[in-house]
Amino acid sequence: MVKKFLMNLLLSFIWVALTGSMNYSDFLFGFLLGFFILWILNTDESDKRYFTRVPKTIGFFFYFLYEMLVANIQVAYDLITPNYFFKPGIVRFPMKATSDLEINLLSIFIALTPGTLVLDVSEDKKSIYVHVMYLKSREDFVSRIRHAETKLLEILR
Amino acid sequence: MMDIFIGLLSTIGALAILFASIGVVRMPDFYLRLSVTVKAATMGVGVFLICAAIVFPDSEVPVKALAIIFFLLLTAPVGAHMIGRMAFRSKISVWKDTWIDDLESRYTVDEQDEKPSAEE
Repeated sequence: MVKKFLMNLLLSFIWVALTGSMNYSDFLFGFLLGFFILWILNTDESDKRYFTRVPKTIGFFFYFLYEMLVANIQVAYDLITPNYFFKPGIVRFPMKATSDLEINLLSIFIALTPGTLVLDVSEDKKSIYVHVMYLKSREDFVSRIRHAETKLLEILR
Repeated sequence: MMDIFIGLLSTIGALAILFASIGVVRMPDFYLRLSVTVKAATMGVGVFLICAAIVFPDSEVPVKALAIIFFLLLTAPVGAHMIGRMAFRSKISVWKDTWIDDLESRYTVDEQDEKPSAEE
């Protein structure tokens, strides 16, 4: 897994060195090229996870950007119009993430989506307490975060 | 073409920071204020740094900008979490329209547990 990622990086550096220009677009193209070369040359049938993980990571990044943008626009609209539309609440969210890294990444994701703020982690590390700005119902919020969590855990595990 | 793109991006960043500062004034309670400020400011600064990276592509600026964005994304949520947690522990009250509060019961239970030990 790590070895494949390093090989991919090495291939993209070779591409950059061969073309002789230090641009993002060259680096990205080299990375993609290296990814496909590794994919074609992969003989180990049992270890194909790297090739599903990289597209999923990129997909999650864009999903995160989309969520951030939509929620930001909603909050901004609420700020510049005279009336308040929020229904805030503090909700307990039972996590499926177990290790420290997973909890950390999940809470970063929750904290950076506007409208939500992680207030506390329970001591047995089973649930987190989230302050939500637009709370329709408890189930709605939990299912929304659960969707993001499942996506995140698919990448990490 | 590139100029228009950079102009659009930096306008978005400036607006995000402007809304964050309006939010500091207009929000009814501490948690909502924190919630608005941290995210909008992080997004604004991040967008500005991306603009800087596009404007100066050939020097060391892009690498520095990416490093700053990375550490900003890593540290800002932790800071917000610590401030929010501290505020809740020191019993800063929530807004009157807050209609679900799961955390409330937890700390009142904690307090009852602590009282006997303090008397001993």
